[in-house]
Amino acid sequence: MLDTTAFDLRKYIQGNTHSLGVWIVLIALIGFGLMRYDNFGGAYNISSFLNYNAMFIVISVGMCFVIMTGGIDLSVGSVAAFTSVIAAYLSPYGIQVALPGAVIVGLALGGINAFFVVAMRIPPFIATLATMLGAKGGALVISGAQTISIDWGSNFTKLGMEKAFGILPWTIVITAIVVVGLWVLLEKTSLGRTVLAIGGGEDASVMMGLNVTRAKVLVYVLSGGCAGLAGLFLASGFGAGQPLEGVGWELSAIASVVVGGTLLTGGMGSVASTVAGALLLGLVFNILNFENGLGKISLSAYWQMVIRGGFLFAVIVFQSRVANSAKKGTL
Amino acid sequence: MQHLIEMSGIKKSFAGVVALQNASLHIAPGEVHAIIGQNGAGKSTLIKILTGVYRKDAGEVMIAGIPSTISTPREAQDAGIATIYQELSLVPLRSVTENVMMGYEPRTRLGMIDWKTAHKRTREILERFGIDIDVKAQLGSYSTAIQQLVAIARAVSLNAQLVIMDEATSSLDDQEIEILFGVVRELKKAGVAVLYISHFLDELYQICDRVTIMRDGQTVGQHVIAETTKLGLISEMLGRDAAEIEAAGMTALGGGEATEPGSALFEASHISTARGLRDVSVTVRKGEIVGLGGLLGSGRTETARALFGLDTLKSGQIDNLGKGQISTPAEAIAAGIGFLTEDRKREGIVPHMSVRENMTLALLPKLTKLGKLDRKRESELVEKFIKALGIKTSGMEQPIRELSGGNQQKVLLARWLALEPEVLILDEPTRGVDVGAKFEIQSIIRSYVDNGLGVLLISSEFEELVEGADRIVVLRDGRSIKELENPGITEESLIAAIAHHHDEESAA
Amino acid sequence: MNTQNKSAFATSQNALTRMDWSQLSRHGGLIALAVILLFNLLFTPNFLHPQTLFVNISQVATIAIVAVGMTLVIATGGIDLSVGAIMALSGALAPLIFTSDFALANPELGLILSIGVPILVALACGVFNGAMVSILNVQPIVATLIFFISGRGIALVLTNGNLQTFHNPAFSYLGTGKIFGLPFQGYLVLIIAVCVWWVMAHTKFGRQLLAVGGNERAAELSGVPVKRVKIGAYVICAGLSGLAGLIVVAINSASDAARIGNLMELDAIAAAVVGGTLLQGGKAPIFGAILGAVIIQLVKYTLLANGVADEVALIAKAGIIVLAVYVQQARKE
Repeated sequence: MLDTTAFDLRKYIQGNTHSLGVWIVLIALIGFGLMRYDNFGGAYNISSFLNYNAMFIVISVGMCFVIMTGGIDLSVGSVAAFTSVIAAYLSPYGIQVALPGAVIVGLALGGINAFFVVAMRIPPFIATLATMLGAKGGALVISGAQTISIDWGSNFTKLGMEKAFGILPWTIVITAIVVVGLWVLLEKTSLGRTVLAIGGGEDASVMMGLNVTRAKVLVYVLSGGCAGLAGLFLASGFGAGQPLEGVGWELSAIASVVVGGTLLTGGMGSVASTVAGALLLGLVFNILNFENGLGKISLSAYWQMVIRGGFLFAVIVFQSRVANSAKKGTL
Repeated sequence: MQHLIEMSGIKKSFAGVVALQNASLHIAPGEVHAIIGQNGAGKSTLIKILTGVYRKDAGEVMIAGIPSTISTPREAQDAGIATIYQELSLVPLRSVTENVMMGYEPRTRLGMIDWKTAHKRTREILERFGIDIDVKAQLGSYSTAIQQLVAIARAVSLNAQLVIMDEATSSLDDQEIEILFGVVRELKKAGVAVLYISHFLDELYQICDRVTIMRDGQTVGQHVIAETTKLGLISEMLGRDAAEIEAAGMTALGGGEATEPGSALFEASHISTARGLRDVSVTVRKGEIVGLGGLLGSGRTETARALFGLDTLKSGQIDNLGKGQISTPAEAIAAGIGFLTEDRKREGIVPHMSVRENMTLALLPKLTKLGKLDRKRESELVEKFIKALGIKTSGMEQPIRELSGGNQQKVLLARWLALEPEVLILDEPTRGVDVGAKFEIQSIIRSYVDNGLGVLLISSEFEELVEGADRIVVLRDGRSIKELENPGITEESLIAAIAHHHDEESAA
Repeated sequence: MNTQNKSAFATSQNALTRMDWSQLSRHGGLIALAVILLFNLLFTPNFLHPQTLFVNISQVATIAIVAVGMTLVIATGGIDLSVGAIMALSGALAPLIFTSDFALANPELGLILSIGVPILVALACGVFNGAMVSILNVQPIVATLIFFISGRGIALVLTNGNLQTFHNPAFSYLGTGKIFGLPFQGYLVLIIAVCVWWVMAHTKFGRQLLAVGGNERAAELSGVPVKRVKIGAYVICAGLSGLAGLIVVAINSASDAARIGNLMELDAIAAAVVGGTLLQGGKAPIFGAILGAVIIQLVKYTLLANGVADEVALIAKAGIIVLAVYVQQARKE
């Protein structure tokens, strides 16, 4: 009996082919960077890389939950723009007010999505598209279409600049806490498992007596909250609320989730490989910068979009082959 | 003795269509109870009322003598009723453990899921059934049989008092069925009642104690199974007495036996596919109806799929008189084969489209000149078929979804007849249509056959096959095992052909 | 017999109420348009000035053209997020071609190439999208996400992110030409809409496309070449997007790859949905999509002309979309 519980690497790999690719490429890319560039592994690069990508990691993880139920959330970019303005307005009261403020507004906007999808039964794509437009408009209205400078005198500035316990910026620490928290939610709670079960078969989940409505509301609210937090990071990173930012974030987040091996049809997915997907897409830009720094080639920043698209294409082709062969097996 | 489940006077209708009227069901604790009935007799509806999926319109449901308040599947589970549906109600993408424990996971003191205990408990439960598998692996990576057993394991782990098995064996092989029966006997020993729904009458005699028979939404009988005969059960299901079954002239498909069949249109020999066909040989000639007889899952629809180019052949060959290889439906249609599918809603109608558009869907390439549709010819053709087939519609522009089932079926039949095919495959052509339309559809088919059409007929109604087919190829387990020829086929002889081989093989 | 009569009666009554609903929602777009026009006549200063018509037509044209293509894709049950990126790609290519030395030496051929090549490239993108969706069975959202990200990137790489300004009257006619005092692209929209409508109503391809969206299994079993039809829809959508990209460039006499067609996918989807296209597929109201584009444009214009900020117009657009889909949904149930 003990034999079957023992960790079997081969079986583990076989069962996780969908998310294995992202880890291999991520490690390869990091290895490549470490060997090729002097300061790649330096504390400054790591810290600023993570600091900049924190907001993308957070929204990708939130998006991951929505996608695992078979839904989608197009509103995350606009919600982040909206809450960045909120955070900037609240910054004079300090981080203790701005942080919960931004997150609560994000949760509320996520609640609107949940209402559209669950109560009004509007398809997620359209429901969150509407929220996207609405939140974008809202952000522009409350900000007067101007960037809103944060209060440099308050402790809000600590978020991006001061290092927690003298090691890492607070942004990264908060991101890590959120990621671990959501990992626990997904892996260790009944609610998290319900999220996965819904994507695997909504009717079956109902038949099994799971509370499907609660889980669906949860994912949209959660994704909104994550976007709210990303907005806070945005305001702190740029020193201002950015009502015009966030364009295309939702699709980058979806790309991270897909690259991380989460099936867009739902039912499968992991927080860790979504983070890996977000890091991978961010790393493309980072490496491009270093490569240009070497001076041998000069690839414009625009290449990162092309390369990201290429990555996405490769992953999708790989996934679809796995999915198609799995389908053949079961039918 | 106190009944575990007592349902009586149950009524239910959907959008004005009566599904159940005066249905009842009584299950004793710890017994294995069967429900039988034809498709549409109301078995599934009755069970879904018991398990809280549907709400009854009238009637009484008592569980252990107390009126039931179940209104959701979750409440049914909590009341000790677990259901294993025909279509698995599990999540194949998730692990075995998750599927067994979902919603009832063991917790650690911190309120987190205790995966270690969960895996262990799942393994223990499965071991009781003699299954030793990796519980951490995806459920979907295991065979359907294992998945069924996992569903049962879930039921048992929830301390079910009643386990409902809806067509549990339809996709299992003999060995797997034996394991399942073992589990059922185990459950019985443990005092758990089992409600067993199956098309396979032989199975009932092996494991069931009592049987409830349903017809047209009503409960028409309840017997101790040892006191019944197979023929008796069938006659009660069909609503006629055994002697009457043998009487002729019940369907309009018959009457053409006198015409001599012509030359062969296609000849399939020893074909097998990945979908479960093992060795089927069948020939259809001009001007005859060839029936495919057999129970559900014997390979009837699979044979049709292979002939229509939907499944690729693993071995064997189809000789269709030099019309070339058929590997897609488009090629099959071009070769003069039509396929009226069993699932009208999912595979037949395009609901938003009109009667006209639905009828000419397969005909479009023939109605087109340089990419442009000949709308005038289209309308004339549709008009002709609406008249000829007596389709009741407010006009050819009416959306097909607004038509009754029988009229939808006639439109789909016209879709194929308009192509003037040489061979028409009909999968359950009269299922779910009312008696009048059924008769009309059958006579239309016969008149085309008299003019040279070759038909391959699949029907779960033995009567339709026996009366209608000129020959019947009997299938079992993906193999063609016998061929019967009309005149001379009776329902008994068909049943005998199916049952005989069944007995023979289970004895072997 | 009695029950049968009763149920027949019930269904006919059902059909009656359903008629009312579908009548209402079918004409919902026209009613909305009438309300907006009435409001403008009463409150918007100078609404009847010809200039108003001119501005609105030239602004709505690109949305309308892309919305027509999007309607076809949605009718197959898909969606195309890459339309904006394809606009950028074709819009970036055109000036590159007609400002090249070759085109300066051969103006006529240069003009033809600067219109033909971008559209061919756009069509190729459509083939890619369609192949991903129909052959690799990738979900449309994901499949078209690839070009959404990389298409604009390629355009930026080609132009090095520079704003290309040019003076080429012949090319600019696409965006600034006038016939009877109204913008050329307005006529183009009408021609495209009529052509696509005709294709949908009178050709095999059109019928098969609707069948694929309405019930893919049934279509396949009836011999419809499902894959080819789907690819066709994505190709047409991409081609129309390419054309729209050229018009945007022509209007401005300048090409900024970062901005051409930005957020166009959302406007086009919104126009299609407001125009009555079912997201599940099976319906392609071409003129509905045009109507949807006009409504969205007019709402924007009305709010702007009455001193309401552009931002609020976004919120209004969101409201219109939710309402349109909610009405659809309610009708279905």
